[in-house]
Amino acid sequence: MEQTTWNFIFIGISFGVYIGIAIWSRAASTKEYYTAGGGVSPFANGMATAADWMSAATFISMAGGIAAAGYGASKFLMGWTGGFVLLTTLMVPYLRKFGKATVPDFVGDRFYSNAARMVAVICAIFICMTYIMGQMRGVGIVFSRLFDIEIWQGVFIGGGIVYFYAGLGGMKGITYTQVAQYCVMVFAYTIPVIFISMIITGNVIPQLGLIGDYVKEGQEYSQPLLEKINQISTDLGFKEYTKGSGNTLDLFCITAALMVGTAGLPHVIVRFFTVKNVKAVRKSAYWTLSFIAIIYLTAPALGMFARTNFIEEINEKKYQKAPGWFKNWENQGMIAWVDKNKDGIMQYRAGNVFADKPEFDDSKRIENGPRPVTNKIDESSTNEVYYDRDIIVLANPEMAGLPKWIIALVMAGCVAAALSTAAGLLLVLSTSVSHDLMKKIVKPDISDKQEMRYARLASLGAVLVAAYFGINPPSSFVAKTVAFAFGLAASSFFPTLIMGIFSKRVNKEGAIAGMICGIGFTLGYIVYFQFLTDTKEYWLGISPEGIGFVGMLINFSVAFVVSRLTPPPPQEVQDMVEHIRIPKGAGQASDH
Amino acid sequence: MSKKSSFEDKQMIAGNYWQANLRLVVCLLIIWFVVSFGCGILFKENLDQFSVGGAPLGFWMAQQGSIICFVLLLIAYAFFMNKLDKKHGYEEEEV
Repeated sequence: MEQTTWNFIFIGISFGVYIGIAIWSRAASTKEYYTAGGGVSPFANGMATAADWMSAATFISMAGGIAAAGYGASKFLMGWTGGFVLLTTLMVPYLRKFGKATVPDFVGDRFYSNAARMVAVICAIFICMTYIMGQMRGVGIVFSRLFDIEIWQGVFIGGGIVYFYAGLGGMKGITYTQVAQYCVMVFAYTIPVIFISMIITGNVIPQLGLIGDYVKEGQEYSQPLLEKINQISTDLGFKEYTKGSGNTLDLFCITAALMVGTAGLPHVIVRFFTVKNVKAVRKSAYWTLSFIAIIYLTAPALGMFARTNFIEEINEKKYQKAPGWFKNWENQGMIAWVDKNKDGIMQYRAGNVFADKPEFDDSKRIENGPRPVTNKIDESSTNEVYYDRDIIVLANPEMAGLPKWIIALVMAGCVAAALSTAAGLLLVLSTSVSHDLMKKIVKPDISDKQEMRYARLASLGAVLVAAYFGINPPSSFVAKTVAFAFGLAASSFFPTLIMGIFSKRVNKEGAIAGMICGIGFTLGYIVYFQFLTDTKEYWLGISPEGIGFVGMLINFSVAFVVSRLTPPPPQEVQDMVEHIRIPKGAGQASDH
Repeated sequence: MSKKSSFEDKQMIAGNYWQANLRLVVCLLIIWFVVSFGCGILFKENLDQFSVGGAPLGFWMAQQGSIICFVLLLIAYAFFMNKLDKKHGYEEEEV
């Protein structure tokens, strides 16, 4: 069977399942719309949260990033999982006991102020909006490759599907589709790696590849795989795979910012409002991290396998004899070869082939020759092979010569990763508008039905805006805004929620001043270095990705100092804090 | 809890519970910090002298070991908190 036929079958079946689930579980009340009625089992919520959390970027780009950076990519592995320890021990059990539907709800009530609520709503909308654009773009790209359509058509199909089940079905609709999407993702991610692992290390369990031996081509002697990679890497002029690049403070700050950012992301927090009680929250948390760990423990092995395979298949080979996948992805513009020394052989070395992403001029292409590149060639390096890191996951099954249906499965996994995250974000966006803005601030007397109508309208609006930016991404803007989303979550929600739970003394003046100073500092630093200047002379060497951690410290300090100088919160607020510290009696998450 | 228990008793139980809760969380977070920031970043070079299978220990902790520890920490959190709930009479129904 043709590859496209397999693609149609896998994508078609998975979409059929998602839509079927959406119709079966559509929301009938705001309670179901916001928190799925509060009766989801911890196990199911664990899968749903894992799917919600792992975005297209994790699925497609993370392994490629690890393959390229080796030890340097550990910040993503630790940062995006370690955040769940903070989330579980410091936040979600108490927020679940509090029992309201959204994160701004807690901020508004705990700090008895609509101004605080408003700041929280703006942060939530900003964080989710920046995230969802990237997901839309991801869906568009995958569809355009799969079915040979334009990216905008792909974005519209993806946006339409997400709106159908998230906009209409609410939390109840997305919970069960996310469970299905997790299953698709986990198979799509691990099955190809299992095959590759058997070829490279002779072990069926790919996660053990990291500590395994290299046994490909029936070598008599065995050598630890990592040792082999270190050796190949230094031979080609790269630094050792297992060594860092030196700046420990920056690595520390980025890891910390990713961790606290993770713990402050509203679309992850609200997923824990869907289970029955605090005990269920704890159980759900370890299921969530276990499901995430299956993929996160596979990723470093995949990165390593891919790097070995890539170098062995490409380096010092004649272009004319390059494998089929190399030319396929070259035609997609994800791979390029510039024959710097005119010997017809591909040399893969450290350094850049040319500046920026490749631009091709196919009019000058000779038959069976490489696609000519118009970029300025970087003569300081002897590297001749450019590849986009994203192909590590997408092309890996082809590199290892796996059957066509597995390639289709990987594509379905990419789509599932993007859709599940987009749906979770869309829900937070719509509830921020309908619940936090309309119901709590603008028009407190609207009925349940009207509130749901606002929620559906808001999610339609959010999908359209996200689709617009998915189709016309402001150049490299999306990649840069990821630093924003994590920085904002780390410097706003995380410290504010922690203080709201663990201190009775922090008052509204302190919380608002803390949030404004934390966000102001973080935003200012990121905007300055990402948009206003090209210099990389960071303060103490801390890059914009890690500055959210410093922003968090500022938020904490300002809030404590200002609270000391102003009167303590009213008695009923202090009683409320005592109340949420006791798990018993959380009951159903209420919707008003 | 018997009907006789006064408001102060309830306050005291709640206070004890909260203190025990904080102690547990602090212990878990110390382990969390040591396995990730400690082993994976700050003392990575020192640990690299040792190895697990074919991998340097510090590198392995940063890429896989810490994640495994995180999962174990969350299981421990659920287990000990449930025990704490039971001890203080805050137990909830099984889910």
